[in-house]
Amino acid sequence: MTEMLSMSNNAPLFVGMMLLKLLVVFGVTMLIVAYATWCERKVIGHMQTRLGPMRTGWHGLLQPIADGLKLFFKEDIIPTQASKVSFLLAPMMILVPALITIAVVPFGPDITIQGFKMPLQITDLNIGVLYILAFAGLGVYGIVLAGWSSNSKYALLGGVRATAQMISYELAAGITIIAVFMLSETLSLREIVALQSGSVIDWYVFKQPLAFGLFIITGLAEINRTPFDMPEAESELVSGFCTEYSSMKYALFFMAEYANMIVIAAIASTLFLGGWSGPLPEALGVVNLLGKVFAIMFFFIWLRATLPRVRYDQLMQLGWKILIPLALANLAVTGLVVVLQQ
Amino acid sequence: MFTAIAKGLGITFKHMLPGHSTTVQYPAVKLKMSDRFRGLHRLVPTRDREKCVACYLCPTVCPAKCITVEAAENDKGEKYPRVYKIDLLRCIFCGYCVEACPVEALEMTDAYELADYRRSDFEFTKERLLK
Repeated sequence: MTEMLSMSNNAPLFVGMMLLKLLVVFGVTMLIVAYATWCERKVIGHMQTRLGPMRTGWHGLLQPIADGLKLFFKEDIIPTQASKVSFLLAPMMILVPALITIAVVPFGPDITIQGFKMPLQITDLNIGVLYILAFAGLGVYGIVLAGWSSNSKYALLGGVRATAQMISYELAAGITIIAVFMLSETLSLREIVALQSGSVIDWYVFKQPLAFGLFIITGLAEINRTPFDMPEAESELVSGFCTEYSSMKYALFFMAEYANMIVIAAIASTLFLGGWSGPLPEALGVVNLLGKVFAIMFFFIWLRATLPRVRYDQLMQLGWKILIPLALANLAVTGLVVVLQQ
Repeated sequence: MFTAIAKGLGITFKHMLPGHSTTVQYPAVKLKMSDRFRGLHRLVPTRDREKCVACYLCPTVCPAKCITVEAAENDKGEKYPRVYKIDLLRCIFCGYCVEACPVEALEMTDAYELADYRRSDFEFTKERLLK
């Protein structure tokens, strides 16, 4: 049995590998964020019988770079009546929780380096799922703060809507996940993946199909994507909470939206679709995970091209009267089955 | 509800498949204009001169009053337009001038990319209209 690489047995190697993992995960995430914008525009374009970006590079492949450069050189406007500190803080407060959630997502099996075992995961928290829920909840502070500090009625309404939406759907999402770890009996994402690694049949999506569906719906609502993009609601609130933002700060909101999408896709695939294990062999764990993440992200984009935005009261009705009772019922049935099986 | 959503997803997916795009890559690809399209005017030339006999019917009928004609007589004693100008900034491309012309000396082409940088560039003189 090889020892797990840690601070106590080989500090330089541990720090080095940690930094490497952080850089790689961050880099890959940012790359996906950039090209998710391109994919989204392309896919939605084609679904609306358009072409999407075509001019910047081959089939618009350089579009994310052009967009980034453009936003970077745009004038950065801070409204005079805005609360400056929170106005500056808000975009960071929304992007950071989105990015650090990825730290607990395992992306491959243990590998051996210089006689030490190292997990392909930034950190294996034994409360991984709680960590995810905590940071998913934290993300809304950025939106509320952005809406409030802008000192604009549209931004404020967007922020208020985001809070109400987050509270309603966070509950259902949490209850949904409880059903999963009632089966797994652990909160560590690494162990949850290990429990699903036998074959495709072991994936929790087959044991908890309702929970998977609920998680996808509540996940969509939590990251404010169509059909639940009430906080942004272009047709009603100009641009919602980010109305007053411009330049790189606006880009941060944009990046956060896509980073959140990656996070929800990664968590859904880890909790329900076996994460990095299966269908391809273990050595291709990263490919497995990325494939699942991309599939879920494609589904999100597909939904955006298909569904109109739900009305505010419909959103609340769906959250409180349908999703939460369903999640609770799922929880009760799961509990009953678990007890009966013992 | 779910069947409706599934149906919608099916429709959007079908549209995503290749061959459903209706976009024309405009400056690179241009659609053929209809034969009756009313674009930039053109004075029809004959062998040695323009067909126009300077009868003043086109400036008379023009609702935007954008056509200027000054008649003169050439060596052979024929009436011809010494000045024929169309102010394209005023023109509404109604085509009445073409309809009014008794000798079919004026026609409309399919040119529609008429943007330019100076106001003076929109004054189409006889030489430019004869091209």
